[in-house]
Amino acid sequence: MRKIRVDHCVLSAVLFMVLAPVSWGQSSPSSPSTDVGARLTAVEQQAADAKSSADNAWMLTSAALVLMMTGPGLALFYGGLVRKKNVLSTMLQSFGMMAIISVLWALCGYSLAFSSGTSFIGGFQHLFLHGVGLQPDAAYSATIPQQTFMIYQLMFAIITPALITGAFAERMKFSAMVMFMVLWSFLVYDPMAHMVWGKGGLLNAALGGRFPTLDFAGGTVVHITSGVSALVCAIYLGRRLGYPREAMPPHSVVLSFIGACLLWVGWFGFNAGSALAAGGLATSAFVATHFASAAAVIGWTSAEWLRNGKPSALGAISGAVAGLVAITPASGFVGPMSSMLIGFAAGVVCYFMVAKVKARLGYDDSLDAFGVHGIGGTLGAVLTGIFATSTINPIFKDANGNVLPSGMIEGNFHQVWNQLAGVVMAWVIAIVGTLLILKLVDLTIGLRVTAEHEIQGLDISQHGEEGYYWEVST
Amino acid sequence: MTKIEAIIQTSKLESVKNALHDIGVEGMTVLEVRGHGRQKGHTEVYRGREYTVDLIPKIKIEMVLADEMVEKVENAIVSAAQTGKIGDGKIFRSRVDEAIRIRNDERGDNAL
Repeated sequence: MRKIRVDHCVLSAVLFMVLAPVSWGQSSPSSPSTDVGARLTAVEQQAADAKSSADNAWMLTSAALVLMMTGPGLALFYGGLVRKKNVLSTMLQSFGMMAIISVLWALCGYSLAFSSGTSFIGGFQHLFLHGVGLQPDAAYSATIPQQTFMIYQLMFAIITPALITGAFAERMKFSAMVMFMVLWSFLVYDPMAHMVWGKGGLLNAALGGRFPTLDFAGGTVVHITSGVSALVCAIYLGRRLGYPREAMPPHSVVLSFIGACLLWVGWFGFNAGSALAAGGLATSAFVATHFASAAAVIGWTSAEWLRNGKPSALGAISGAVAGLVAITPASGFVGPMSSMLIGFAAGVVCYFMVAKVKARLGYDDSLDAFGVHGIGGTLGAVLTGIFATSTINPIFKDANGNVLPSGMIEGNFHQVWNQLAGVVMAWVIAIVGTLLILKLVDLTIGLRVTAEHEIQGLDISQHGEEGYYWEVST
Repeated sequence: MTKIEAIIQTSKLESVKNALHDIGVEGMTVLEVRGHGRQKGHTEVYRGREYTVDLIPKIKIEMVLADEMVEKVENAIVSAAQTGKIGDGKIFRSRVDEAIRIRNDERGDNAL
């Protein structure tokens, strides 16, 4: 789906302006046609360079926006939701991904996700970023340097494991978290990213996968994998001490509020940037993203207002995130009205998941990574198969290049099954991969902090510092 | 010497301070405290989970006074801090044996 359409109109206009004086000059015998050819080539090159610069500017901006989603966005969002004694450890779990996953990505992660390989995982051609230079890789994006593509994709690889940390917040050892995340990025993220976006991937809709799953910006790759892995972690690790008997309210909804607003802004880079160019498709994704989030705030808050009698700030920002999650796979395939329906549905469904279903089932997904990302991501992936339209993004074409319908409403009933194939693959790889890794970490270094350390708080027991220093100082 | 401990609504601190200043009280210690008497707390809901908050934030003012000031001070606090609703707070009075000014070791009423 990450495909570029060269803007022929601009090119022909430029050519016309240049060719017009050239044709007048043909009355002179001293202007051979080779001169025209050379100038034509030069003009074509300049037009291509101009487009490349524009696309590259937007993609570098988008990469920075997506990094901002993890730090400070997610770090603040999660940091505010935990108790005071765990604020730094929670923020550091997100920030740690910015360091650890980055290094892994350069060494081998990018290669495993995006170089040619099998249907399930990439190969080793780009190990140590070998061959990843300033020339584009036309299979992904013909107008931006491959390094831009690489660094943009890295930001997704960073935030995905960071999302999981919400499930095991306040009770996992820092060392275990590091080991878990390193293994998780190899066993779950890289294969899933390759399957959906990589050359030859099983689910790749743009590059002829066996089960073409529409996932514009990572509903399956990012949100389902992280959300479902989060649920597995929450169940495997068990509840926090005292849950649900003891009160564990967020220590600062203010921090979470700032974090959620940064997430909303950063998400424009996440979704509109997934056009991999600065053209109309980016605008469409930007618009869809915004309206989905707005509708989701209204959805979550209304459900809460009806059930509890009061609309809350935490509900409003949680709704925004749920809407952003759900629109992620659909953002480059649907118009504003469909995006609002998707967002509103996500707001309502995620509210009931988090506020009602979780309490009934009894697992302790501390910060609702599953309820928001797992459920919102799954809902969004399925709804993408229903609402996707070829007028926004003509992704499917027959052998003669004629555009085929995208989603169910357009008449492509089969697409819902393809979406479910992607959803099931993401659930399976997340459950199996996460269980294996948890078992391994549990048997080697152990997952949970001791009860004593948990009561003391992870900031002091794991890191020897406090978020809010209490001693009087002058 | 007498110690007055007044627990009042947080919103009434300014008016109590002004009232005490008007009758010539020079020193006081103010603490942010939490607690409850007969006033019931309230319920907070975070993502569907309910928490009962029954320790309500209050302000506690502590003063040690010369005995002749006590009644005036108590009346000033009551009239400045009263809303007539439950949760307005309480005043406790107790005897104090000695007061010492650390700067120059003065004792008794002179140290107040």
